[in-house]
Amino acid sequence: MLNRKIMTGASTLDVENILKDARNELQAPARRLFGKRILSLGGLMLLSGCNISDDKSVNTVLRTMSRFNDEAQWALFDPNKLAPTYPDSMITRPFPFNAFYDIDDVPVVDAATYKLPVSGLAKGGKNVWTLEELRALPQESQVTRHICIEGWSAIGKWGGVRFSDFLKRSGADTTAKYVAFHCADNYSTSIDMPTALHAQTLLALTYDGQVLPPKYGFPMKLRMPTKLGYKNPKHIVAITVTNDYPGGYWENQGYNWFGGA
Amino acid sequence: MDTGPCRELQAHPSPDEASLTQPSIQAGVSTTTPATIQPGWVRVTHWLNALAVVIMVTSGWQVYNASPIFPPLVFPASITLGGWLGGALLWHFAAMWLLVANFLAYVVLNIASGRFRRKLFPLSLKSLIDDVRAALTGKLGHDDLSHYNAVQKAAYLAVILDLVIVILSGLAIWKSVQFPWLREVMGGYDNARKVHFFAMSFLVAFFVVHVVMVALVPRSLLLMIRGR
Repeated sequence: MLNRKIMTGASTLDVENILKDARNELQAPARRLFGKRILSLGGLMLLSGCNISDDKSVNTVLRTMSRFNDEAQWALFDPNKLAPTYPDSMITRPFPFNAFYDIDDVPVVDAATYKLPVSGLAKGGKNVWTLEELRALPQESQVTRHICIEGWSAIGKWGGVRFSDFLKRSGADTTAKYVAFHCADNYSTSIDMPTALHAQTLLALTYDGQVLPPKYGFPMKLRMPTKLGYKNPKHIVAITVTNDYPGGYWENQGYNWFGGA
Repeated sequence: MDTGPCRELQAHPSPDEASLTQPSIQAGVSTTTPATIQPGWVRVTHWLNALAVVIMVTSGWQVYNASPIFPPLVFPASITLGGWLGGALLWHFAAMWLLVANFLAYVVLNIASGRFRRKLFPLSLKSLIDDVRAALTGKLGHDDLSHYNAVQKAAYLAVILDLVIVILSGLAIWKSVQFPWLREVMGGYDNARKVHFFAMSFLVAFFVVHVVMVALVPRSLLLMIRGR
């Protein structure tokens, strides 16, 4: 660069400036050392991505940002905005099975003895439900897009009880903050009350017109096209209405809690 | 030999450039000392953007790996950030605020100060073709760093537009239900992922060329650090 400039001879001033820069730089060893450290820190960050994510203080900042993102999504969520629906012809076949375990380990739930308790801030309503009682309630169905946190998506058809209807019949305090779910496979998750009351939030008992098969969450799954897949629990065995943050299986490991779409 | 169109500009500064230089007297010879070419806010937003882009791209690659759009293509773990999908998403959704807030500040300040108009325009197709030809034959000079040649103007405009696409397609993926118009503009949820991927690819391509150019003209690095 220097040589080139001298050879062209077009601008000796430029050369002087460069030499001045260079001298200044050489006179500032402390600055150079600082610069080197910054560079090596940057290099370290780039080369060992997983290590920096394991750092406690870094993790604290990231988790704090995730809480902030919960708030941002809560504010952004429009209770009246509906997720797009599709014709039956667009249903993804076969609809993918997805869980934190293999398809052979899908839990077996006995329909005859199954009872769904609703606890916490739910008084004065029906607080234990059998499958027959749930099937006797008004049923709705939807063909919506299931979006996985991994990025893929698939269109499916679910039928069941509108969840807001179910909550009201269960005497749930709909001013509470959270609804928590416990599942037969020891999975757990929780959602915000505005999403629980959304018109497309469904306590799904069927898939594609058939009784919900075990691989899709028998006896029931909570279907929410406004949230990512991991927020849609399968094999639900207990529901709790609460003001205390309940967390969840993936959420406790770092997935964003709100998980809105 | 290095004789690009910029050389004349250096010998005969435009009125615009003259306003950027301060006259000074040195050993009885009248000369000019270059004043600040890149103001402080340009340098700050440039480096914050660089940091945000590096975090967004490397964490984004980890997210991509969880469900590759083009299955043969998977990013090596050594160049990704986050360690696993959940960790990568924490980084991605934290750094997105830095990327967007910084980008907005950069664009607003550039428009308000008239810097965009001054530095990136006028840009004619003819000047672009001339400069591309000069660049390909090694005749495009970078001696006057206060002026961008047509190739630079086009590249910077393109990458600014690309950042807009990266941000909007990302928003369409993150909130496909809450922003239906954006989702439809992107051609639906699944297609928004492809738009996001290709916009990322362009950004990375720009980054590579940008860093190579800085290596060829090292003074430009100094310029972006201390402004002159």
